[in-house]
Amino acid sequence: MTPKDVNVSAVQEHFKSPDPMIPYSARVTDIKPEAYAIATYGLMFVDEKIRAGYQFMPGQFNMIYLPGIGEVPISISSDPGDPERLGHTIRYAGNVTRAISRLQVGDIVGIRGPYGSAWPVERMRGQDLCIVTGGIGLAPLRPLIYTLIRRRSEFGRVILLYGARTPNDMVYVDEFPDWETKGIQVHTTVDRADEHWKGHVGVVPMLFYHIRLDPKQTTVVTCGPEIMMRFVIYEALARRIPKDRIYISMERTMKCGVGFCGHCQFGPVFVCKEGPVFSYAQVEPFFGLEDF
Amino acid sequence: MSARRVGREALKGFITGLMEDGRTVWGPQEFQGSVRFRPLKKNGTPVLDVPNATLSPKEVVFPPSEWMFLFSTDPGREDAFVLKEVPQEGPEQVILGIRPCDARAFQILDRVFLEQGAHEDPYYRSKRDRTLLIGLGCNTPCSTCFCHWTGGGPFHTEGLDVLMTDLGDVYLLEPVTERGRALLDALQLDEAGADEVERGKHIAEEARASMGEAKDPRRIKEKDLMALFGSPFWERAHEACVKCGVCTYLCPTCSCFDIQDEVRGACGFRGRNWDTCMFALTTLHASGHNPRPTGKERFRQRFMHKLKYFQDDFGDVMCVGCGRCVQYCPANIDIREIIEALSA
Repeated sequence: MTPKDVNVSAVQEHFKSPDPMIPYSARVTDIKPEAYAIATYGLMFVDEKIRAGYQFMPGQFNMIYLPGIGEVPISISSDPGDPERLGHTIRYAGNVTRAISRLQVGDIVGIRGPYGSAWPVERMRGQDLCIVTGGIGLAPLRPLIYTLIRRRSEFGRVILLYGARTPNDMVYVDEFPDWETKGIQVHTTVDRADEHWKGHVGVVPMLFYHIRLDPKQTTVVTCGPEIMMRFVIYEALARRIPKDRIYISMERTMKCGVGFCGHCQFGPVFVCKEGPVFSYAQVEPFFGLEDF
Repeated sequence: MSARRVGREALKGFITGLMEDGRTVWGPQEFQGSVRFRPLKKNGTPVLDVPNATLSPKEVVFPPSEWMFLFSTDPGREDAFVLKEVPQEGPEQVILGIRPCDARAFQILDRVFLEQGAHEDPYYRSKRDRTLLIGLGCNTPCSTCFCHWTGGGPFHTEGLDVLMTDLGDVYLLEPVTERGRALLDALQLDEAGADEVERGKHIAEEARASMGEAKDPRRIKEKDLMALFGSPFWERAHEACVKCGVCTYLCPTCSCFDIQDEVRGACGFRGRNWDTCMFALTTLHASGHNPRPTGKERFRQRFMHKLKYFQDDFGDVMCVGCGRCVQYCPANIDIREIIEALSA
């Protein structure tokens, strides 16, 4: 597959429709169960022109809409090199995602996007990468992993530290062997093991004790519950990773996705437009404090 | 001299003139025990003698509830689930008697909906573009008014197209923008005399002088965000607040909204409603995590957003000093005291 250049301005131009709140139809092409109450939905825009014009960067999200039910912001978890076939890994948690769980292949949903900031791939070139994530937090990082694999020679070591509550809560496990053959070290852990689990038991940040990082050339990226990210940051800082080389992906309730509705305010920033990806240097003063 | 005059008894005729060309004229009217801006009926008269309407005319450009698009949920129909835009066109409209503070609030809403990023809000834009503001200066500001703290004043023209001054027997009309001038010219009103313009100036000066000394919330901009956020002040300040949300509901600058789907029979709508940061549901995640779990955080969010975050981003506080939240708060929370505490 030849990598397509990810061209933001083309996306912007295409989507500078008079109404940023109107979604476009997309068809569910496949549904792959990933873990307990988690599945990945393959989606394809119905309109050929929109499909051809749509591009996204790893870390961005779409608003997925079910008429009569509502809309949810979901990270894009498929390969940015193949933007015609979008993948969204969804955990059934609220009203909308529970309705999504009843969708079947061939059904139509609305999509608008992509929105938000992206993992800074260009800034990571030449660096070692340590990707730390828990549970479904791996979903917004999978596009980054695909990008790294495709451009593997441009980066140093790539280490994935991945944890979940139980072995049944892990997503994309079937892809891990493939990632490992393509030059990604995968370390996993679970909070609670079952009788088949032979790996580590413990919280994700503990995996830092099984690897060595070079503070001069390592970027840490993390996505997961805020409490997890907070401890990942502690571990990264303890290893002298600079604050502007630590990236996090935040979550907030969103309604409009484009900076109007006010729901995703995280202190002085809007998660939908300035985020969801922030460098730790950007949010340091208020990150980790409860209650922003 | 481009100032015009309308005699008090000729107000009806003036409004009829505004209504020509199919314009909708919004004016303050008695409405269910309050004073709200409603479209005036033919020969209707606005209530211009009350200090300020209960609700600001924000709803003219940003209604409490509005449909964004609609669709049919009848699977038998060919257009089932095809989204149809709700037509956004409408007649030109005039807001008559909007107070200078509320007019400045429109400029703050402009920043949120039109000037903040890659996108414009099309629903707001369509209504804003066809709205002209004829403001009425405040001869006798209320005790709760503090427009002069926030950079406005009882006769400030910022955001207005025409400024109206009540001279007692006569209304003085001074154009502010080109659109306002064109409107006044088209109506062929009598020119105001130099003495009347002079009287207007005098009234404005007196009104401003009656308001007392202004505190400057711009000092909050220089304060460290984290010091303000972490201040022990919030621990005590929020305790009286019952989180009813009336302050956000009445606020002319509050712009947060919720988006909801509704299905009635086989007709589905997607619409948006005003929302408030005072309610826990505003930030609750589907996972059960709430980033602002208690009243203290929500209370702090409202004032930090208005006085600090917005000011850091746009240079002005997100408050125009209309005093509605002060008047109607059931717990007597006074934003002026919070401004003083934060800028101290």
